[in-house]
Amino acid sequence: MEMTRRTAMATGACAVLISGLPMRASAAAEGMIAEFTGGAAIGEGDITLTTPEIAENGNTVPIEVSSDNAVAIMVLAMGNPTPGVANFEFGTLAASRAASTRIRLAGTQDVVAIAKLEDGSFVQASNTVKVTIGGCGG
Amino acid sequence: MASGVKPRVKVPKTAAVGEAVTIKTLISHPMESGQRKDKDGNTIPRSIINRFTCDFNGENVLDVKMEPAISTNPFFEFEATVPEAGEFKFTWYDDDGSVYEETKTITIG
Repeated sequence: MEMTRRTAMATGACAVLISGLPMRASAAAEGMIAEFTGGAAIGEGDITLTTPEIAENGNTVPIEVSSDNAVAIMVLAMGNPTPGVANFEFGTLAASRAASTRIRLAGTQDVVAIAKLEDGSFVQASNTVKVTIGGCGG
Repeated sequence: MASGVKPRVKVPKTAAVGEAVTIKTLISHPMESGQRKDKDGNTIPRSIINRFTCDFNGENVLDVKMEPAISTNPFFEFEATVPEAGEFKFTWYDDDGSVYEETKTITIG
């Protein structure tokens, strides 16, 4: 197939868009993750992130995080203008290391929960949430 | 001071010693994310509740650092252990320096 200039430009533009956008969001998210973990490796395991598969309204998406041994759980929305959502720190009187809340999601994206466990290790869980109407006032 | 901010908390009235109780908290607050623009095109500045804490008889149960991605009228549900009768204290910290508080007593029974 002959590569017309139009096709080449479109392909180039798409490539830049796809590589550019996620990188911008994840640079900020990487910074927040590094600050939370101090650069430690993150595994999988003792963290559960419950989110709806499809969020009808991006302005209020119910989520729940829970863990057996977490001391703190950080939640990030990887596709929001600013990825930070909340940092839960559980005190001595927290009966379960779990919390529910409602968050805003700008569009379909991954929601990530990273837990710092009692033994100092980190685990994470990630869910993709489809959003039909974005929730950042746009 | 954000206007019309009203906290509402649901805590059981009694609990057995050492029981885990479910606590629901809600506070009416616009949680202006700093992403919206008004009709003239100016960005409406961020003004949110940035921290929520729950203490029982002075001991911390939960401490949440909040970002603009928490929805309007922030809602939290969590569980607390009740070692003895006492008072739950809930505190919300606003970007503008306001602090909102609510307390609930719980008895053993």
